[in-house]
Amino acid sequence: MMSTNATQSLDARGLNCPLPILRTKKALSDRGAGETLAITSTDPGSLKDMQAFCKQTGHELVSSDSMQGEFVFVVRKA
Amino acid sequence: MGAVEKIIPANLDQSLFDQWFDQRFETRMAERAAAHVPSLSIIATKGTMDWAYPPFILASTASALGWDVSIFFTFYGLELLKKNLNLEISPLGNPSMPMKVPFGPQWLRDINWKVPNAVMAGVPGFEKVATRLMEQTVKNKGVATIEELRSACIEADVKLVACQMTVDLFGYSPDEFIPEIKDWIGAASFLPIAQQSDVSLFI
Repeated sequence: MMSTNATQSLDARGLNCPLPILRTKKALSDRGAGETLAITSTDPGSLKDMQAFCKQTGHELVSSDSMQGEFVFVVRKA
Repeated sequence: MGAVEKIIPANLDQSLFDQWFDQRFETRMAERAAAHVPSLSIIATKGTMDWAYPPFILASTASALGWDVSIFFTFYGLELLKKNLNLEISPLGNPSMPMKVPFGPQWLRDINWKVPNAVMAGVPGFEKVATRLMEQTVKNKGVATIEELRSACIEADVKLVACQMTVDLFGYSPDEFIPEIKDWIGAASFLPIAQQSDVSLFI
């Protein structure tokens, strides 16, 4: 069964710096190249950190949204 | 001599050649920069709970970014490598530390208790209480514990190295420490690691 394009999700709500990034990195390491991961967080710092993380590691930040105090990121593994 | 003349013809157009070289040089340098793995080396010298955070946060984050990371633990920093972490925090002589209670109604939590130094120094167990309150605050705010961050570092292959001299100085026994310590070294072994690092921090 193929599940390469299925988006896996990671709940990082309630976690503070640097845990959302550490969990994201860990979750991505279980994914294959080109697969996507959706991360939900509540740490306002994660907005900039996720951009920096993707820029540095080469993963693609597909989208970054904030609504009602929650942030949703979609990252595609490089 | 001679070899250069063989590959550079006499009628070489110097400006064209310079142009080619500059382009080639830029491409090569960009390739090198892209292939370069950044590295971080930290010297951790403090053994209280508040000072345990910066080295472990920076090291675990750097490893998540794909960096090579080493931490050299020396003096009180060795406490951070004990099997049983029993880190405390001292508000005494630390006027910047907010003194707030992590429970009760919001108006109570918002009060920053200005406790005089003489009281902090005179009340037995004051540091224990401050430590428990800080641990509760950390939990309430979703901040990682030192144990969690240390495990994240170990999992990410952060090189934990410890100062041999400190062990002798304080009379520690090697089996008090976690087995993940990569090496017991001295200043002469750590400095070359720091020299090769892109970022080197003393904490």
